[in-house]
Amino acid sequence: MSNKPKGKLALYWAASCGGCEIAVLAIDDKILKVAEAFDIVLWPCAADGKVHDIEKMADQSIDLCLFNGGIRTSEQEYMAQLLRRKSKVLVALGSCANEGCIPGLGNLNTRKEVFDTVYKEGSSTVPENPQDVRPQAETEMPEGTLHLPVFYDTLKTLAQTVDVDYFLPGCPPEAENIWTALVAILEGKLPPKGSVIGVNTTVCDECKRTRHEKKIKKFYRTWQIIPDEETCLLEQGLMCCGIATRAGCGALCPKVNSPCIGCHGGNDGVDDYGARLMSGVASVIDSNDPDEIDQIISEGIPDPVGTFYRFSLASSELRRKKKVAAE
Amino acid sequence: MENFEPKIVGFLCNWCSYRAADLAGSARIKYPPNVRIIRVMCSGRVDPTFVFKALADGADGVMIAGCHPGECHYIEQNYKAMRRFSMLKHTLDAMGVESDRVQLVWASAAEGQRLAEAIEKLVSDVKRLGPLKWPANWQEDESRLEALENIVKEHAEAMEVPQ
Repeated sequence: MSNKPKGKLALYWAASCGGCEIAVLAIDDKILKVAEAFDIVLWPCAADGKVHDIEKMADQSIDLCLFNGGIRTSEQEYMAQLLRRKSKVLVALGSCANEGCIPGLGNLNTRKEVFDTVYKEGSSTVPENPQDVRPQAETEMPEGTLHLPVFYDTLKTLAQTVDVDYFLPGCPPEAENIWTALVAILEGKLPPKGSVIGVNTTVCDECKRTRHEKKIKKFYRTWQIIPDEETCLLEQGLMCCGIATRAGCGALCPKVNSPCIGCHGGNDGVDDYGARLMSGVASVIDSNDPDEIDQIISEGIPDPVGTFYRFSLASSELRRKKKVAAE
Repeated sequence: MENFEPKIVGFLCNWCSYRAADLAGSARIKYPPNVRIIRVMCSGRVDPTFVFKALADGADGVMIAGCHPGECHYIEQNYKAMRRFSMLKHTLDAMGVESDRVQLVWASAAEGQRLAEAIEKLVSDVKRLGPLKWPANWQEDESRLEALENIVKEHAEAMEVPQ
């Protein structure tokens, strides 16, 4: 790696928690090899580098951009467009950029509802905000007009905003997988554009638990039972998402007796992760009576969107909850 | 709203419901032309993805039709359809889609009349609910483009270096 001229690397962070940036650092001392191979031109979390420096660079002059986070504001959309233009290879890093992740669950609400919670009903903000002050996109001051980014009603994924070259799933992606992807890029051994860098099988394949024929009479929430450590969690009635979720984590959660929550999203060819998951789970419910089936589902899965689309609501076919007209 | 003709996608199983539709045709039983029928081998083949995709791509309603419970050509796959349908409805409900827009119907190959009536009911239910226009849900208002232009303008001004 060391003989080649240094490439340019950018990392950026939009609507996300920042865990993906920490996951990049979790490759440990190999980060020094990254620094050997790349000049880091932008990484707000760990290095200096300003947006206007990126704006001055020639198009396509950044060799690799790892972009994490969904697109929730106009500023994030601008940065996605800017980094797309300036980068040869744009990678959607982590669940937020891939499929919306937890910030994408905000698509169950509108901007107004989100702001009401934060500025009007929130226990920590209300005493500080008796006049119900809200952020405004434009404010007139004697010196001129000030702008704040516009907050969108609907969070979009990176691929719904700009053209993305590769996808690296996970919440956060495992450090080994990030390193594998970096090596592939450094050595120029890249899969076809649009690929997910990872394996194409399910978490069940990596899970060591014993499996039998599945018949579910009742779903349990994780706090209701302590599952046995040998048997498949789904068979025990826990909503384990492993059956529909892309492998690559080594079945981390089932290994510690906790059901898979589906952070890697679906495998290749799956257009709607939640639909595939509910399809699989529903088919093993042990009842042929419509009323009993309804009861098993409504009692056992009180929050279907949070269960099936915990990470993928923004990238699902429907993308968001229906907006009520009077907004 | 007066002239609203809903677009309905119907997934009909090859062995019962599709033949019921055929029978309705040869018996000259009338039903509204709003439903676009897609033949699937079994109602158990209908992945909830199909329904979400239909709604997201502009359908106002969806019908899933199969053999009566206990009469499936593939022994018990229509029970799977029944369970998936229950799960699907539960989820659609949480997403704000009115429950009458997606209906499950059992119609045997001899029940052309029953299928025609079910289609009539679905079309009138969806007419009452109005157009779905799902993609409009994720369109942002005009403040988005304005804000994007403002960012570009402000950055351009900030970057000017005085000579």
